[in-house]
Amino acid sequence: MQRIKEKIIEFILGATALITILTTIGIIWVLLSESLEFFKEVSIFDFVTDTEWTPLFANKHFGILPLISGTLLTTIIAISVSLPIGLTIAIYLSEYAPKKLKKIIKPLLEILAAVPTVVYGFFALLVVTPFLQKFIPEMAGFNSLSAGIVMGIMIIPFISSLSEDALSAVPKSLRESSYALGATKLQTSFKVMVPAASSGIIVSVILAFSRAIGETMIVAIAAGQQPRLTFNPLVPVETITAYIVQVSLGDVQHDSLEYRTIFAAGITLFVFTFILNNISFWIRKKFREEYE
Amino acid sequence: MTKQNFLNFNIILLSLILIGCSSNSNNADNSSALSGDIKIDGSSTVYPVTEAVAEEFRAVEPNVRVTVGVSGTGGGFKKFSRGETNISNASRPIKDKEAKVCDENNISYLELSVAYDGLAVIINPENDWVDYFTVEELSKIWHPDAQNNIKYWSQIREGWPNEEIHLFGPGTASGTYDYFAEVICGKKVGTRGDYTASEDDHVLVQGVATDKYGLGFFGLAYYEENKDKLKLVGVDNGNGSILPNMETVSNGTYAPLSRPIFIYANNSAREREEVKEFISFYLKNAGNLVADVGYIPLTKDEYNLEINKFNEFIK
Repeated sequence: MQRIKEKIIEFILGATALITILTTIGIIWVLLSESLEFFKEVSIFDFVTDTEWTPLFANKHFGILPLISGTLLTTIIAISVSLPIGLTIAIYLSEYAPKKLKKIIKPLLEILAAVPTVVYGFFALLVVTPFLQKFIPEMAGFNSLSAGIVMGIMIIPFISSLSEDALSAVPKSLRESSYALGATKLQTSFKVMVPAASSGIIVSVILAFSRAIGETMIVAIAAGQQPRLTFNPLVPVETITAYIVQVSLGDVQHDSLEYRTIFAAGITLFVFTFILNNISFWIRKKFREEYE
Repeated sequence: MTKQNFLNFNIILLSLILIGCSSNSNNADNSSALSGDIKIDGSSTVYPVTEAVAEEFRAVEPNVRVTVGVSGTGGGFKKFSRGETNISNASRPIKDKEAKVCDENNISYLELSVAYDGLAVIINPENDWVDYFTVEELSKIWHPDAQNNIKYWSQIREGWPNEEIHLFGPGTASGTYDYFAEVICGKKVGTRGDYTASEDDHVLVQGVATDKYGLGFFGLAYYEENKDKLKLVGVDNGNGSILPNMETVSNGTYAPLSRPIFIYANNSAREREEVKEFISFYLKNAGNLVADVGYIPLTKDEYNLEINKFNEFIK
């Protein structure tokens, strides 16, 4: 009897694990099959070199570059906001902050990641943009700058928490040796601890990066819906995710070429995040070898 | 989109209040109590009119659930032709293709004009160089050939600033888009694709209201609602610049950007008392309600004509 019970439980556990794998396989299969149909009609060469993206209009162009530039632009802005702030917070928490304070601050910071992204989106559109327009009057109402900044704020906890974990994981002996050699706290933090934890920090940044690339709501609300090949942060752009939202909400006919564009866009997004996640996996593996 | 949710929420709230208010009168007058669901979908341009009528109707017939969706004229007809809705809001007449699907699914229907609408061409209030647009200039801006070519205000008329122009307009599912594209760029031409396209007019309002170099178009009613944030531009079709308003739209001098808007009723109006009642109510009360939401009513005679048409249809 006991054995049967064990078997059943084992089976349930296995099945649960299998569900997630099957889901992933299912998603990849749908993405692949639909985008294969798409690439039968549109050449991959045009897809990656054409500089215009207007699949829903009379003058049709299927160049993914404007969507990629919009995605990268908002993501880079987000990272350049969150990396310095997140890293500073991580160093403060692991090297300077008293333990009690750290216990309070860390969960508080993580609340940032729990705010619904739609709230961030409207925060960017209705608070950050008007504020920035006071200083940059020529800035458009929809722009990648405020969407990027707010997205950066959202991913601060990704960087600060993971980097802080990495810093804390550095063996104590390293820190103590540094002090023994007469280094100050600042020197120890930046010359010893950060380099020692660098792979962990890089992993945190890459994870934040792939989170930012996949972020949808903030950019759909605040960055605009106009595919445009530009790196000017003041004008409306459209990200891959925002395009998918736009088409999904409109009434594009199923099984049409227009409909399949969202899968082609989706698979592009998937390729990006897949590569990033693999890089971070690879770095994490290396990191383990170094310290255990 | 989220604003839409917010709007829907308000509507639900409002209808709850209305139901609450009307429960007393309902007790007093049991004889006319109808019940059932009326499903309406379609154009975002017609939505405010139909919603205003639906709100009034809920007060009279609290047991009839009227839901009004917004998925663009094309999206609305798609559902209508599958028999998923009873009434379709439309800012253009039904297309042959859509009519064919209706036939295939054995859905007979009737087109009813309910109001006039002007398409407003709008700019940011801080824009001090545009006084009016000619139809040719609008065509130059929006024509598919302009895609990736016409990018600066200075390219449209000499003397305008050498700054990038940011365009906002309804998406391709919208009847407003079809109408604008047809009268400005020509039949079956479409428009350029490199502009901010959204089925949600609030996005367009927000876009132009916060962008000094913005230019957009949408139904006049949405301009009326956001007057303080936007600047209306007159259109010159060769007879001088004319601003859209009650008078110029209904007498047709605001050409070519004024048009009638419609509701389409299907055969359920013949079979179901509550649908029939709702449409009669619509045509009888539209004259008063249309102006409240920023549209231009038909004349009394024109409404009577529509009522006769409808009575003929449900016989």
